[in-house]
Amino acid sequence: MSEQQHIVQIAEESVLQVRKLDFYYGSFQGLKNVNLDIARNHVTAFIGPSGCGKSTLLRTFNRMYDLYPGQRAEGQINFQGKNLLDKKQDVNLVRAKIGMVFQKPTPFPMTIYENIAFGIRLYEKLGKADMDARVEWALRKAAIWEETKDKLQQSGLSLSGGQQQRLCIARTIAVKPDIVLLDEPTSALDPISTAKVEELVDELKNDYTIAIVTHNMQQAARISDYTAFMYLGELIEFGRTDELFVKPKVKQTEDYITGRFG
Amino acid sequence: MSEVASTNVVDVHAAKIKVFKLQDGIFHQITLLFAFIVLAALAGILISLAIEAAPVFKQFGASFLWTNVWNVPEDQYGALAAIYGTVVTSIIALLIAVPVSFGIALFLTETCPTWLRRPLGTAIELLAGVPSIIYGIWGLFVFAPLFSAHIQPYLQAAFGDVPVIGGWFAGPPIGVGILTAGIVLSLMVIPFVASVMRDVFETVPPQLKESAYGVGCTTWEVVTSIVLPYTRVGVIGGIMLGLGRALGETMAVTFVIGNANRIVGSLFAPGTSIASTLANEFGEADPGLHIASLFALGLVLFIITFIVLAISQWLIKRGVAKQGK
Repeated sequence: MSEQQHIVQIAEESVLQVRKLDFYYGSFQGLKNVNLDIARNHVTAFIGPSGCGKSTLLRTFNRMYDLYPGQRAEGQINFQGKNLLDKKQDVNLVRAKIGMVFQKPTPFPMTIYENIAFGIRLYEKLGKADMDARVEWALRKAAIWEETKDKLQQSGLSLSGGQQQRLCIARTIAVKPDIVLLDEPTSALDPISTAKVEELVDELKNDYTIAIVTHNMQQAARISDYTAFMYLGELIEFGRTDELFVKPKVKQTEDYITGRFG
Repeated sequence: MSEVASTNVVDVHAAKIKVFKLQDGIFHQITLLFAFIVLAALAGILISLAIEAAPVFKQFGASFLWTNVWNVPEDQYGALAAIYGTVVTSIIALLIAVPVSFGIALFLTETCPTWLRRPLGTAIELLAGVPSIIYGIWGLFVFAPLFSAHIQPYLQAAFGDVPVIGGWFAGPPIGVGILTAGIVLSLMVIPFVASVMRDVFETVPPQLKESAYGVGCTTWEVVTSIVLPYTRVGVIGGIMLGLGRALGETMAVTFVIGNANRIVGSLFAPGTSIASTLANEFGEADPGLHIASLFALGLVLFIITFIVLAISQWLIKRGVAKQGK
């Protein structure tokens, strides 16, 4: 599996550079020497069978693993000229800059309005009018304004699953992050909601850099510009989505995307 | 042949289903009976308290509740001092116990290293199991002397001259009194409130916490803005459990409250509570108004507990409304 020793060059400017990344759950090594670049204002998809480390990799980008004792990462993830894995790096600031949306919709136990305003208030002091405008902006960006504008004071939990997920996306982009991480954002949603979220991802890449983990290869093919195929904690192949799906360079990638294993 | 066999099978099934239905019916009735025993016991206690206490209300009317007198030789009784002592010691206990328990629960669920989690959790549960008489003995013989020698003088020096609250710390620092009872009560209440809070904090889905951390929250912000609202019902339930224990606690309070049936503005002064008055006087009470007054006190405690429950229900409802529907 030494095919992925050299770093695949990307044509675009990279916003995140992962170098020699190892990750450990206690003594189990979840990621082995991962190297890749995330292109600015593009969608990078991570695919691979369950347990291959794709979610783990995503969770290193905003140091979410820090919450759990025994999990640690070694190597470098360079973002704005600094190594995110540096102990001195302020994690809360990282997470405000690199937002995350999870597999299951997780609206906060408060009103729809507060769900959006909550994150903004952490780092910005806005007046009522500015806050209203920002909340509307975020809800519009996440294509959920029309459905929620008349019930902003209702609980976020009153929305349907698909709406909740778009609310979570709105909440994430409301703080104006640089990168949005999506961890299987549609796996709990019905096909129509999934289509809406996919459309949204396509819209959002104009303003944000997006990294998405997905179980669904068609989804990766549909919405991503770059795809990374992972297997057993290693990055097997990384490249432009159109090339990787049409002409995979590595046998394992080909086997996986043609459904022969995984 | 086969038709006969199949009708047999149907018969057997029908018979079995009959038996099942009968079993289910009996089971249903029995559980209903058990549930009614609870109701009956509650109603029985309330009624018998009311009957026994009736002479008091005939004699003094409702003014029994707000009269500050407890004169056994003259047969004059009023519940105010006992109610005051019960309520004030419970408030002190909660004022101390709730923030401390919150801190304990927060530490155990959010920031505690894994290896310390179990021993610490077990220790708190053990603390909840210590009999109240032990707290009483400890309070009287260990805590009260230390409190009077080392803490009360400083409290007096620090707050004695402050207007309004200065009066709370007036009087001789003798160790036993309302404040001491409140502090000992808080120690007894903390394990209950802390373990309930920890249990409900653990019910918060990890993804919900992660998404709050994901927008850049600190642990404090996650706990106050996400965990607390999410667990509001359980947290209020835990606090009310603690308050229930504080209101009704008898032995430990009897040891340290000083047992003086009067109201003094100072928290250093000895006082009494409903439960400790009952414990102290039931043994020697003469039949008649004295006994009836003690029963009336019991009824008052019962009603206070009801009110507390009602308030907690109201708080929970209000909290749900605030989150939006």
